[in-house]
Amino acid sequence: MIRPTETVAGSPPTEPSAGDPRARAIAADPRFAELRTRFRRFVFSMTAVFLAWYLLYVLLSAYARGFMAIKVFGSVNVALLLGLLQFVSTFAIAIVYASYSRRRLDPLAEELRAEGQVR
Amino acid sequence: MKALNFAAAEPSHRGLTIGLFAAFVVITVGITVWSSRKSKRALDFYDGGRAFSGLQNGIAISGDYMSAASFLGIAGMIALSGYDGFLYSIGFLVAWLVALLLVAELLRNSGRYTMADVLALRLRQRPIRAAAGVSTIVVSIFYLVAQMVGAGSLVSLLLGVSGDGAKIWVIVAVGALMIFYVTVGGMKGTTWVQIVKAVLLMVGAAVMTVMVLAKFNFNIGDLLSAAASQSGKGDAFLQPGLKYGATDAWSKIDLISLGIALVLGTAGLPHVLVRFYTVPDSKTVRKSVNWAIAIIGVFYLMTLAIGFGAAALVGTKAIKTADPSGNTAAPTLAETLGGGAGTGGGAAMLAFIASVAFATILAVVAGLTLASSSSVAHDLYANVFRRGPVEDTQVAERKEVRVAKVSAFFIGAIAIGVSIYARELNVAFLVAVAFAIAASANLPAILLTLFWKRFTTFGAKCGIYAGLIAAVGLVLLSPVCWGGTSSGRPAVALTAAQATKCGVAKDSKQVGNATALFSCTVKAPFPLENPGVVSIPIGFLAAIAGSLVRRNKREEESHADLEVRALTGVGAE
Repeated sequence: MIRPTETVAGSPPTEPSAGDPRARAIAADPRFAELRTRFRRFVFSMTAVFLAWYLLYVLLSAYARGFMAIKVFGSVNVALLLGLLQFVSTFAIAIVYASYSRRRLDPLAEELRAEGQVR
Repeated sequence: MKALNFAAAEPSHRGLTIGLFAAFVVITVGITVWSSRKSKRALDFYDGGRAFSGLQNGIAISGDYMSAASFLGIAGMIALSGYDGFLYSIGFLVAWLVALLLVAELLRNSGRYTMADVLALRLRQRPIRAAAGVSTIVVSIFYLVAQMVGAGSLVSLLLGVSGDGAKIWVIVAVGALMIFYVTVGGMKGTTWVQIVKAVLLMVGAAVMTVMVLAKFNFNIGDLLSAAASQSGKGDAFLQPGLKYGATDAWSKIDLISLGIALVLGTAGLPHVLVRFYTVPDSKTVRKSVNWAIAIIGVFYLMTLAIGFGAAALVGTKAIKTADPSGNTAAPTLAETLGGGAGTGGGAAMLAFIASVAFATILAVVAGLTLASSSSVAHDLYANVFRRGPVEDTQVAERKEVRVAKVSAFFIGAIAIGVSIYARELNVAFLVAVAFAIAASANLPAILLTLFWKRFTTFGAKCGIYAGLIAAVGLVLLSPVCWGGTSSGRPAVALTAAQATKCGVAKDSKQVGNATALFSCTVKAPFPLENPGVVSIPIGFLAAIAGSLVRRNKREEESHADLEVRALTGVGAE
């Protein structure tokens, strides 16, 4: 792996050398494939969700000003409410991701890493 | 900018302000010297020894990120334009999800000191480090100049000193201090400066928020109604449209363009990226970004209270008279909350908030200088210019760090020079430009190298340079440089000074933007102020097209190894 095609001055030789067998072995491990799938499925779908939700909010602010001006309660209108919901969703996604990776990603990654160091 | 009325009427706060400024400088200089003594190896300069905890680094990330533009700028924008200022702050926050989910942990596992380290794992060192180094330096200089010119006007304003000489001295002093923090303290010292600053900023904002809410008996509805009525704009103040309000199609696209650049730019900002390397492992990075999201989110909620509070208690008109850009909204509100101009409490609050703003500026410029000098030394010097075998690793490392310190000095000097030259210009837009460049040049390369197997060196070069050139080029063709009237920019009323500067009659109808950098009367060839909506797709498409045109089997295969390292941490340093 990590295949500097030119010799790099200054880089200590601690980097795994080209075609590192450790990395190769892990890459072929079905548990790694599982880790990769779990990670990608989660972060890609979450990214799609929050980007779409943010974009919707910006588009509404630009093109649906009548809708955004509707008062929900007191002086609070749809625009302010959706803005605050962006805060809520950002906090929520961060919390969900932390717990997801603690439960579903970290144990697998640690297992693979431990074996990778021994091999 | 006019001198503030409170400055003239009430000089007593000045001594206090200077005292607090000085206290901050003394404390941070002390911390910097102390931490430099504790550094063990030369390379601590880049990563501070990788020993910071998640909470510490989370606070430091917030400190690096919450610039004076966030604090004074957004509070001011909310005070002047209500809801539209709030919209800006949301982009700054949501952006952290890109960093959390897609970048931070993977970057920590696969890189060492700079953004280019991750690219260099798969791609050819020299061309890729050269490209990444160039874009890092460009982003940093844009951001630095915005902060330092802002510092010049702001500190003179807050201290109540006017005149050109004062501004120049402030810029030089800020520049000299930031060079000191970086060259003496390296990453460790700079991180502690960020932590001190972030705590001060949060305390300052919290005190003001509680005081504002207390004035309205903690009834947010009352605060909103008072802000709406005191703004002179009524309900429109709480709705979208006051700032990005023009009804023409371009200004709406401009708003969207800004929003996209803010969200995608954060995870490509060099001074944010280097922060991910200061902790021991990727789990700690996750913790620090989560802390940062919590701190930054709470902070922007507080700026909402501060901005609306300023509109309600000071009044939009009074804020605009003091400073047309609204930057003094927060300090003026502080004075009002403390008891008003001429009272001891008012002077104390004003001095406190002014020194918080000063600390904010100093810390952010130090973070930027550190990130860019690291890139000069580690990317350009060590891996592009230096050739031949290295005699001794330790000697080479010490030499590399010496180069980093020398480059911090030069980058600082360039930033001081450019800022002095640009001190009278309206450079607030440069922050948005820096975000747009980071999103167009850096983010495509980072994401594609991490997630796309077929990404190649040629693709990375295409993406970085095309994104960089597109973003900078479009700004040079935009209405911030060319101020002629157009459909989105109707003629503005000119002051006598502006008419003279633009070389037109005072009742001329040719000028749409009197603060344009190149010409007030020539119409801009590109209609948007924010290039992101065009330049970000250009960056991504160029990177993808370049990779498809020149495929590289070996670089494709190396992606699997990068993934193992990024996801499991095997081989991570």
